[in-house]
Amino acid sequence: MSESVKAKKKSPAAENTADGKLQQAKSEAALPALGFKGMLRWSWTQLTSMRTALFLLLLLAVGAVPGSLFPQRPANPVVVTDWIRNNPTTGPFLDALQMFDVYSSAWFSAIYILLFISLIGCVTPRAIAHYKAMKSQPPRTPRRLSRLPEYGTLALPADAGIPASKAVTDAAGLLKKRGYRVEVRDVDGDLPSLGAERGFLKEVGNLVFHTSLIGVLVSVAIGGLFGYSGQRILVEGDTFVNTLVGYDQFTPGTNFQSSSLQPYSMQLDKFEATFDRGESPGKAGQPIDYTAEVTTKETPDAPGKKETLKVNDPVSLGGTSLYLTGNGYAPMVTIRDGEGNVSFEGPVIAKVQGDNYYSSVVIKVPDAKPEQLGFVGFFLPTAFVTETGTSFSASPELFNPQLSLNSFYGDLGLDKGVPQNVFELDVKDLKPLNARDLAAGGITLTPGATVDLPEGKGSITFDGVKKYIGVDIHHNPGQLYALIFGFLAVAGLVMSLYINRRRVWVRTGTHSDGRTMVEYGLLARGEDHRLAGEAAALREIFAREWNIPETPATPDTATTTAGSSSTSKDQ
Amino acid sequence: MPVINETLGQYSELFMLLAAGTYTVAFIAFAWDLAKSSKMLRAVDQKAAASTTDHKVSVAAGRVAPGLGGPDAGGPAGRAERPTSGLTVEGGTAAGDMKYAGERRAPARVAVALTVLGVLIHGAGVVTRAFGAGRVPWGNMYEFLTTGAFVAVAVFLVVLIRRDLRFLGTFVIGLAIIMLVAASAAFWTPVGHLVPALQSYWLIIHVSIAVLSSALFTLTFAMSVLQLLQSHRQKNLAAGRADKLGFMRLVPNALSLENLSYRINAIAFIGWTFTLMFGAIWAEKAWGRFWGWDPKEVWTFVIWVVYAGYLHARATRGWTGTRAAWLSIVGYACVIINFTLVNTVFNGLHSYSGL
Repeated sequence: MSESVKAKKKSPAAENTADGKLQQAKSEAALPALGFKGMLRWSWTQLTSMRTALFLLLLLAVGAVPGSLFPQRPANPVVVTDWIRNNPTTGPFLDALQMFDVYSSAWFSAIYILLFISLIGCVTPRAIAHYKAMKSQPPRTPRRLSRLPEYGTLALPADAGIPASKAVTDAAGLLKKRGYRVEVRDVDGDLPSLGAERGFLKEVGNLVFHTSLIGVLVSVAIGGLFGYSGQRILVEGDTFVNTLVGYDQFTPGTNFQSSSLQPYSMQLDKFEATFDRGESPGKAGQPIDYTAEVTTKETPDAPGKKETLKVNDPVSLGGTSLYLTGNGYAPMVTIRDGEGNVSFEGPVIAKVQGDNYYSSVVIKVPDAKPEQLGFVGFFLPTAFVTETGTSFSASPELFNPQLSLNSFYGDLGLDKGVPQNVFELDVKDLKPLNARDLAAGGITLTPGATVDLPEGKGSITFDGVKKYIGVDIHHNPGQLYALIFGFLAVAGLVMSLYINRRRVWVRTGTHSDGRTMVEYGLLARGEDHRLAGEAAALREIFAREWNIPETPATPDTATTTAGSSSTSKDQ
Repeated sequence: MPVINETLGQYSELFMLLAAGTYTVAFIAFAWDLAKSSKMLRAVDQKAAASTTDHKVSVAAGRVAPGLGGPDAGGPAGRAERPTSGLTVEGGTAAGDMKYAGERRAPARVAVALTVLGVLIHGAGVVTRAFGAGRVPWGNMYEFLTTGAFVAVAVFLVVLIRRDLRFLGTFVIGLAIIMLVAASAAFWTPVGHLVPALQSYWLIIHVSIAVLSSALFTLTFAMSVLQLLQSHRQKNLAAGRADKLGFMRLVPNALSLENLSYRINAIAFIGWTFTLMFGAIWAEKAWGRFWGWDPKEVWTFVIWVVYAGYLHARATRGWTGTRAAWLSIVGYACVIINFTLVNTVFNGLHSYSGL
């Protein structure tokens, strides 16, 4: 374990040896029979090694890709079903590989769970090691400072009156001011020295970053457990009440309880869509603005509050957020049955199918007597018929609204208890009444018009057009935590990348000619391209403190060299 | 809604065209610089080879002449030669610190001057587009490409102030030309309003950081490609084989390229982390969930993970150098896929942002 700790984030040279030992230890350990415990220990070392972590990380990237290539069930279950139906050979095979549920699949979960175990196995011992390092004194002064990547010397003239012991305490004071933790050694000896270290926050940042990633994952899990989401279509005038029956579609989290739904309500007063009328070339009909005026009530008895619901601007209510995710037209129709009674009256949701709100309409009239009625067709906000007789919608706005329907009668099959899609009419068991190829022809209605159905089956009136909106309702208790951990992760990342952990040693001594000699060396732990800059800065403050006229540093610190990140100066 | 100004839009397209033309001339100048300097450096090398012995002596002399005298001058003795010190310019690569020094390179100066001119015209194109549409100029793929190319060149020029990266000129300007041509040929869109889904201040924050990070990734991509070429060439030279990549003489050694691209990638990675996070915040505002594995989200995540892998690779034995460079290149390939295929081919929530 400790090997992998050492192996992470060190300069390549230092890392080589640590990892080399690890390799050696591994090859030694792998040869004899390990036993169960040994095997466990070996697996743990393997899993928490940096190389495995890197491998898992890249595997995670590769594993995420299929989710963008194939349709995914959570996002689009209908498309997945169609895809499998259209690819009878590859479809089921890919489905068995969970390619349509990539992000909840066993293999994807395995990758990220292993990755996070590896991460925990890496972070925990590092945190302990770093805690110890933060409490301990800087390491002993190396015998040869000149071997360090940055090194320099200064000479204090004998008449300056600064003995070696004073020089080292001066240096200690200066380094402390610069944020170093300093320990002075052998002040009264021949060669007093000090060890100093700074930048402990680098590793703290690193640990915060990785821990925060775990936090993000946990927050996502909390959202999945206790959150819920649903959809509801609201026609102008409709009210949504936050109870289970209020939803058209509802997806509860694993631990959802219906008691956690607060019974607030939202009424759609008005929906306004603005479209480009040719202001920008070639973009006529492109939506410019969607605005829904709503009245909300926190509780059934609370006074209503006027609010505006827009795309990118959700309404918050009772711990949930409501989003404007879709819209369309809802033609109002009145249908009378063969007995002359009104058997259907109200708006019908027209499902947008093509350009300019070319929408499909399905009306089921189970209350019609003596026979149940069904209608299938299209709604066009601006109907336009080509010479060949195909109609299309020329504009998304209501310039020439038109309903084109075929009608059927018979048993709609709604009483069998089998759930049906409200947007589809199964005409297999129905008898046609109106269709283009029948003598009666199809039904074409403009607002205000009424058409009688053949055989005295009734009539249909197109009363007008309302608008509807699709609303998504979401409750995710984990997302605030995910956000907090996200920002913590960035803070940790910036700290770990831009704080430099450095050690400085200073040794002083008295030359035989009476001068006080000072030498200093710097060592970076990890990537540090500003080390040379720090060396120069230290030299400058030492020189200022002891009034030494600035001399060029030793050749090594003065030369920036090829291929060294640690000696090129700060930019 | 702001008023669309078509005239400004047409001016913008004219500026883009002029910028592409100026860049093309700059590209030629950069290429000329590589070729010419390669010849010149070869001549210097030959001269140096003739006087290798002198060179060594002078280096040695430099070593025993420290500012305060030799080791006898005081302090504990035992100055050792450190691996990082000394003149380590290996056969035929430019100085690793990438500082301006040495010969004046006339073609390179012309190229940089032309690039500055090009970026000014390009900037005018971006600004007129923004005023023409009355909003930020990154609401569709055409605008993302033209603005992205502008930022890439501008970032390159800003880095040039401090570091002599002129050897990257052909790559960066070449990529910028490709982006401008692709924008005009494949993704051209007239100035227009934003669809409601894009009407959010997060468009300004999220996309601008994405453009900036992508521009930085573009730089490191070019550097990583050069790093691979250079390391291949260095191996060849070390083995005493002929130098087939003469133009690489102007390019610093592989290790310096790796170090600088690591630093730039670190900045870009932070930028990409913000792109991802702000994208998630925006997604929560627009669609009600901060993460939904939409193809764009998937690929943004993949890019993040690949570059995270790259940063970790630098600390993993056997993964530094060439392998790290490959990761950086793979990461950039993902950036390209994320922009092109994901917007056009894959069916997702970001599909509207194109075309």
